[in-house]
Amino acid sequence: MTRLSAHDLSVGYNKKVLIGGIELEIDAGEVVTLIGPNGAGKSTVLKSITRHLDLLGGTVYVDGEDAKSLTFRNFATKFSVVLTERLKTERMTCEEIVAAGRYPYTGFFGKLTQGDREIVAESMALVGASELADTPFEAISDGQRQRILLARAICQQPQIMVLDEPTSFLDIRYKIELLGVLRRLATEKKMSVVLSLHEIDLAAKISDKIVCVDGDRVLSAGTPEEIFRGDTVRRLYGLVRGDYNLLFGSVEMEKPQGTSRVFVLAGGGAGISVYRALQRRGIAFSTGILSENDVDYQVARSLATSIVSVPAFASVGEEDVARAAEETERAGALLAACRKFGETNARAEQLIALAERSGIPVYSSAAEVPEGSTEEGKDAE
Amino acid sequence: MKEQTKKALRCEIGFTLLALGVLVAVILNIWVGSANISVADVFKILFTDAFEGDAVNTIVWDLRLPRLCAAALLGGALGVSGYLIQTYFRNPICSPFELGISSGAKMVLAFCTVVVTNFLGGMSGVSMVLASFVGSLISMGFVLLCAGKTKNMAILLIIGIMIGYICSAVTDLIITFAKQEEIVNLTFWSMGSFSGTDWKDVAVIAGFVLTAFAGTLLLIKPIGAFQLGEGYAQSMGMNVRLFRVLVILLSSLLSACVVAFAGPVSFVGIAVPHLTKLIFNTSKPSVILPGSFLLGALFCLICDLIARTIFAPTELAIGTVTAIFGAPVVIAMLLNSRRKSA
Repeated sequence: MTRLSAHDLSVGYNKKVLIGGIELEIDAGEVVTLIGPNGAGKSTVLKSITRHLDLLGGTVYVDGEDAKSLTFRNFATKFSVVLTERLKTERMTCEEIVAAGRYPYTGFFGKLTQGDREIVAESMALVGASELADTPFEAISDGQRQRILLARAICQQPQIMVLDEPTSFLDIRYKIELLGVLRRLATEKKMSVVLSLHEIDLAAKISDKIVCVDGDRVLSAGTPEEIFRGDTVRRLYGLVRGDYNLLFGSVEMEKPQGTSRVFVLAGGGAGISVYRALQRRGIAFSTGILSENDVDYQVARSLATSIVSVPAFASVGEEDVARAAEETERAGALLAACRKFGETNARAEQLIALAERSGIPVYSSAAEVPEGSTEEGKDAE
Repeated sequence: MKEQTKKALRCEIGFTLLALGVLVAVILNIWVGSANISVADVFKILFTDAFEGDAVNTIVWDLRLPRLCAAALLGGALGVSGYLIQTYFRNPICSPFELGISSGAKMVLAFCTVVVTNFLGGMSGVSMVLASFVGSLISMGFVLLCAGKTKNMAILLIIGIMIGYICSAVTDLIITFAKQEEIVNLTFWSMGSFSGTDWKDVAVIAGFVLTAFAGTLLLIKPIGAFQLGEGYAQSMGMNVRLFRVLVILLSSLLSACVVAFAGPVSFVGIAVPHLTKLIFNTSKPSVILPGSFLLGALFCLICDLIARTIFAPTELAIGTVTAIFGAPVVIAMLLNSRRKSA
């Protein structure tokens, strides 16, 4: 059965609907990630699910039951949260913060039983923060704080955990660790995890489902494979400059303007750093002769003005060299990123020889390409 | 585990020292004063009939004892109400005094005093508390109305101070148009003092303060959760709205009691909860609530002792003394929190 579902949800602030018609379905053990640009309303959706904001329409069901009908305490045993608001504590140890998660289970005065203490210790161990137990919360780093807050949420023993941008302020190591713990909770403890993320590459890697939130509506929802097919990300984030490579989850800067000034002879990954170096200097380039399953090809698509390519697993033919030679001549310079040639790219060597014969300068690194001189030289001719 | 036993030990030592402090302060308050009574005589007066019918007997039993009871109870009330307000606004730099709540109580009480004494004769202790409770709630309501409009704590504090000014101005206005004999009373009272308390007053004070304090002890668990912020508190299953109403009512009642019987007393509400946290090195409400009560009592007993003895027979206003001791603490707090956030 679906553990958490939202039907025709309308959310917003001060009775003003921001996003309407939201449909969500989350099963036990699933990780669902909300992505979308800043201010798109990811937090609003999450806060409405956790009852921090009043629903403006629609219903949230937990195990088939209307969430509105649950008492505060019952609700707290099903949901726990990690919020974006920064915790302002005074003289509280990390253990005390984590132990606060036992609130729905303790008695009138909130005294912890031995069982509660064990759960607290277990939660802290799960996020790898056991050694912080007696440290004051004010004295630890952002990454450690986030782990403690996660431990607090785990300690509440919920079925559904809702996290609003849990990875902001964290460096890459903590990001990976934190998301790793979430994934483990989902897989091993069958917890349902709903979170919002800015890192779409990480979202693609940890989520079972992705929901794209864009301003006034939910753009689309589905598996990462469905969402990241085509140009959903470019559309969602209104990416006009730069590019986002879905396969690598990497970001490329804006393609250099103008006509190609150098032809980069690349392949087998040798080209990527050269492409990026040329982009930094604003030098437009063309590249080849790349097989379409070459890693260089992925980045070249984002950065090169034109690519001379051959289908995957096909060998480079005479006509491909001719096309590359043409490009080289038009650019007026050749940059040989790789000097190692095997069976499949033996013909690349021909290109270098060809260029040398016709007096076209051959460089071996991006730094050697002169600043704008090629273009001026061409104009002079 | 070692850390936990260390904390528990610190707690025990802290409470023992505070209790001893209160005891010593009580003895000093009975002993020291403009009438010279030896320590031995004090004990004889307290525990035997040796001085029955004597003037010193009256001084101890009808002047010093009720006065010190009032100082202790109201001091405790100040500490606890300060702690509640600080918890509510999640800000260490506020108390009923700063937010204009005491001034509101003062205003309504002054108004009632003038009106009632003109038409009905004097006011009873209970009606005084109720009048200032109404006043507290009025200005508290106004502060909350503003709090709903702005999340900015600095603005809220300024609004509170402004409310305080307005209420004080209105109080002055009332005093200006009061009769001669009332003026003397009101002016003296509006400066704040524990003098002139009798056993009847103490009974009323004890009734209100101890009830309200017991009420706050019932809130120990939610107060602890609320320290993590409203969002987390709610997500842990707390009824935040109900909690807020209860905290407002309790802290207003406590500060209303103080205003009714001692006038507005500054700095105790701010400084005591902070000092308590410093002493116990924790912010657990189960420790800080009773701690604040004891420390508030101790603080006021000492301040009152100073107020009535240092320039005897002239008495100082209690606010004068609490400010001298309390203000440096507040300054240190501000500087300290600035350093932490920088």
